[in-house]
Amino acid sequence: MATTPETTTEVGHNGGHSTVFPPFDPATFGPQLLWLAIIFGLLYLLMSRIGLPRVEAILEARRAAHEGDLNEAARLRQETEAAIASFEKALADAHAHAEDIGKQTRDRLNAEIIKKRAAFDAELTANLDAEEHTIAENKAKAMSNVAEIASEATMAIVRQLSGIAPGAGEAAAVVGRVLKN
Amino acid sequence: MAAEGGIDPIHQFVIAPMFHIGPLPVTNSAVFMIAVLAAATFIMIVGTSSRALVPGRLQSLGEVAYEFVASTVRGSAGQDGMRFFPLVFSLFMFVLLSNLIGIIPYTFTVTSHIIVTFALAALVILTVILYGFYRNGLHFLHLFVPSGVSPVLLPLLVLIEVISFISRPISLSVRLFANMLAGHITLKVFGGFVTMLLASGTWAMILAPLPFAMTVALTALELLVAFLQAYVFAILTCVYLNDAIHPGH
Repeated sequence: MATTPETTTEVGHNGGHSTVFPPFDPATFGPQLLWLAIIFGLLYLLMSRIGLPRVEAILEARRAAHEGDLNEAARLRQETEAAIASFEKALADAHAHAEDIGKQTRDRLNAEIIKKRAAFDAELTANLDAEEHTIAENKAKAMSNVAEIASEATMAIVRQLSGIAPGAGEAAAVVGRVLKN
Repeated sequence: MAAEGGIDPIHQFVIAPMFHIGPLPVTNSAVFMIAVLAAATFIMIVGTSSRALVPGRLQSLGEVAYEFVASTVRGSAGQDGMRFFPLVFSLFMFVLLSNLIGIIPYTFTVTSHIIVTFALAALVILTVILYGFYRNGLHFLHLFVPSGVSPVLLPLLVLIEVISFISRPISLSVRLFANMLAGHITLKVFGGFVTMLLASGTWAMILAPLPFAMTVALTALELLVAFLQAYVFAILTCVYLNDAIHPGH
């Protein structure tokens, strides 16, 4: 341990043993208090003048930046929500419009179908009537032919069986009488 | 500065000049006070010099220290107490860094000397008394008069309050001093066991890891104590300052 004549703080320090417990050695109080005053004073000045105001400014700036960011985010979200709302409105409008068009088209087509079907029905009925008429005519014609054929057949049969040739008028009268029954 | 012969657990507290600046002796205590000042300046001023919005490690440390002490002051002494924030912060940093630096082997613990802790405690109590009278005038004396007490008991209670007030700087300083002193003596004793066992040169050498493990565990405990004592010192300072700001509660 290097010692100098004015070193009084090592009082009683011999062979690694102090006669006075070092923390209670009054000889060290003066220098310690002096150094403490200098150092703690400097510490207080540096902290209160530079360190703490600087940290406070940093924290304040960060808080302001955060708040700005949050406000910006809120504004953007509002814009987004407005955009979504307008999009949904447009979508709903388009839906309604499409439904409208669909309904109109359906109605128009339905009306057309009904009209066409009515016309077709009428045509069909008319054709049917005409066909029925023709059939009836043909039937009547066929019936009159039947009488003629029958009377000829009768004349031929009578001639073959009896050898007597009946007159055409006579045969027709008989056939007419039979057909009537 | 190893002691001759056996290990002397008290030797670490000896104060001796390391060199001189003119007539002023620079003791080991002074050197470590300067180290504390340098560390605090490094964290709070060098670390924050970039003023980054997204802090680096050192700046985060400074911000954490700031916010920790600020919330302590606000919580214990209210918004009015923030005028003493630089004082409480300086005390907290001084005590904390002294304690932490002292844990490093071969260093000196500034706060292991009663005169240092007592000077800090006296600074706190003087601030309390001066500011208490400055702000409240004689109303500050209501601090010693509990309200809603029968007149018979009042003199006794006032006496108790006065004694409790006077004991504050003593308890504040002795708590810190004794914690540091005891912790470092214990560390030194267990560390000494390790060297004594190893130096014995006998079969007892195999026991050396036991006190060594104890030293490691105690060092961890001392880290906790170092922080805790700094915090206790700071929060009690706030509590006492709160009395100066709002006496008669």
